[in-house]
Amino acid sequence: MGDIWEILPGLGDKLAAHVVLSASAIGLAMLIALPMAVWAGRSAIVSRLALSLASLVQTIPALALLALFFPLLLSLRTVFGEGLPTLGFLPALMALTLYALLPILRNAVTAQANLDPEILEAADGVGMTKWQKLTLVEAPLSAPFIMAGIRTASVWTIGAATLATTIGQPSLGDPIFAGLQTQNWALVLAGCLASAALALAADNLLWVIEVGLAKRSRWMTFGGMTVVALGICAALWAQSTGSDERRIVIAAKQFSEQYILAQLIGSRLEAAGYAVEYRDGLGSAVVHSAVASSSIDIAVDYTGTIWSNYLKRSDNPGREAMYQTIADWEQRENGVKVLGRLGFENAYAFAMRGDRARALGVASLTDLVGQAPQLTVGGDPEFFERPEWVAVRDAYGLRFAKSRNFAPTFMYNALQSGEADVISAYTSDGRIAADKLVVLADPKGALPSYDAILLLSPRIADDAGVAKALEPLIGAISVEAMREANLAVDREDEKKLTPKQAATELAKKVEL
Amino acid sequence: MGWHIGKFIANVRAMTTAPPLLHFDGVICRFGDVTAVGGVDCSIAAGSFVALVGSSGSGKSTLLKTVNTLVEPTEGRVLFASEDVSTLKPARLRRRVGYVFQGIGLFPHFSVAENIAIGPRLTGEKLAPERIAELLALVELDPAMATRMPDELSGGQRQRVGVARALAGEPELLIMDEPFGALDPITRAALGHKVRELHVTLGLTTVMVTHDMAEALLLADRVLVMGKGLLVADATPRELLAGAGGAEAQALVAVPREQAERLAAMEGLR
Repeated sequence: MGDIWEILPGLGDKLAAHVVLSASAIGLAMLIALPMAVWAGRSAIVSRLALSLASLVQTIPALALLALFFPLLLSLRTVFGEGLPTLGFLPALMALTLYALLPILRNAVTAQANLDPEILEAADGVGMTKWQKLTLVEAPLSAPFIMAGIRTASVWTIGAATLATTIGQPSLGDPIFAGLQTQNWALVLAGCLASAALALAADNLLWVIEVGLAKRSRWMTFGGMTVVALGICAALWAQSTGSDERRIVIAAKQFSEQYILAQLIGSRLEAAGYAVEYRDGLGSAVVHSAVASSSIDIAVDYTGTIWSNYLKRSDNPGREAMYQTIADWEQRENGVKVLGRLGFENAYAFAMRGDRARALGVASLTDLVGQAPQLTVGGDPEFFERPEWVAVRDAYGLRFAKSRNFAPTFMYNALQSGEADVISAYTSDGRIAADKLVVLADPKGALPSYDAILLLSPRIADDAGVAKALEPLIGAISVEAMREANLAVDREDEKKLTPKQAATELAKKVEL
Repeated sequence: MGWHIGKFIANVRAMTTAPPLLHFDGVICRFGDVTAVGGVDCSIAAGSFVALVGSSGSGKSTLLKTVNTLVEPTEGRVLFASEDVSTLKPARLRRRVGYVFQGIGLFPHFSVAENIAIGPRLTGEKLAPERIAELLALVELDPAMATRMPDELSGGQRQRVGVARALAGEPELLIMDEPFGALDPITRAALGHKVRELHVTLGLTTVMVTHDMAEALLLADRVLVMGKGLLVADATPRELLAGAGGAEAQALVAVPREQAERLAAMEGLR
């Protein structure tokens, strides 16, 4: 865990992005909530409506709220044009702003309602206009309570901003998500520690302002405000330097293989003189659209995923035809260039323990048909609902005695302990090699192929330098090499590697 | 019969000695089904000190607040220096009408000086420190108090600041709503005398709402009695003590008179 202290200094960029995003969201929320609170103070209906809406937003999990802005902004492109960003800063800002509204609004409304009626009468009595009454009396007297609401909002927002990682906005969530996937706890802790420290710092600074307002100490109020402003300016400055020219953005979905390949691609591009940026831990659903819209430049996706999710096809024309169809479709529909196949598949496959398979004399799915009624099949939670399972079951006429669902990690344990005889494995999973599993052949070709393919966004589709740097990867990575790299990242013992180290090893292995 | 004559005399005096500074013309105030003021016609001469007396719920505060338009009459109108107050800009009107009320309502985030200077400040005028000191001296406060915050003052000091604030804009009319209601008896008496003195020295016209008939008799030179939203008596303190003003007014006068007689009797026994 000593690594934390080595990781933390490298999080400067993420911290700056986190500060800018959180501060923007809180600032925007104040701009919306404070005038709304003034209006709510003059109309009971507005008050109830605004507070109900703000409360409603709170019931949506932050993760879902962030994700929901992607389709929303995508549909708004028909109005605002293709230039409207659907990932990254804009949706993150909108979601976090909505999230920050409630505490600010509620405290401001409550503060207004609790103002001493005699002071308000005096304000009228000395002849204040509505505006003078608001600025000279209501606002300064409500300020400490409003500040308390802003403090709550800030802590929430800084916490929730870590989730912005999933929609492609860099934040302190990047190390957290990357660490969770690769089981690198030092990385997770570093991310959590940094965001917690930021939240605490913000909370304390705003507390100073709040106390300053309550005690009418100009020194405390303006001192606190100055430090906050300096912090935001420093973050803005840190963000503005360094990224004059747009870098090549490489995406990684939330599993080890993706992190390793992103590093491999990145290191090759850097060697070719490109500046790169990693967008790790993206939700699987947003990656394809992000590449199509050039929010992201390079991603590794899988033919089977695109086939069913985007081409909406359920037939299986075979590995080669599927790849060609997808490559043509990407070029035609999205302007996305499919540079080629990396050489391995990360497909669904049925796997058995080596000894058990030999004992039963099973080497393919055809061999399994006779044995299946005595066996238990295990799958990940969604497997038995997926078209792949239906296709295999119907093609071979497989009838198992029992089917059980396991979380992916436990699926392999269940196979070892005999709680399952056959499982739905992923072909590039490192544990296939580590556990000495046998992957059953699929002679009827019922399982669709999941060739790993390299997608280039329209923005860099015609960049000869990028193509030249990445072409050596095409067809170069065998499933064995990928399994080994995945295992190196997934394992828990002293041989565990970071995705970057595993990428270096992988590059050596495939002689790049 | 008596108070008809009293009212007649008061009206004649109001018409002959000075033009009315304030005139209530058929003022009715309703809040939903409740009628707080049920039709008041009355003139108040410049320079007079008028006490508006009545029990709780008699409508006296509501009537007073129609003067600086904190309450708008449902019917009728209020004329201030011959102008309908509803046609005047509230900020301008309220600068000319000093307002002191039981709640005092000093702004807790303003210093004493800032509180006093607020009225002129609203119309873009800055009060000089000398003027603040002068106003503090008027209400018998140490000019050094200018920099204090309201929560550092006693109740009596706060209401003195309230009076100074009401006087800061050099108003023509001072209206006071139970101004001494929350003060202890000694402070109350002292501040009452002070206000009466200022009324004379500054040449003010003063209307004071109170439920305390003794205070009204001692400070005012004209007492209006309200009951159930109507004016039921209009007489000088001397006339009221002489038994004029009708039953409702006399019931109010009887309280301090009886107290005074009992105190006198006790002294006699000693």
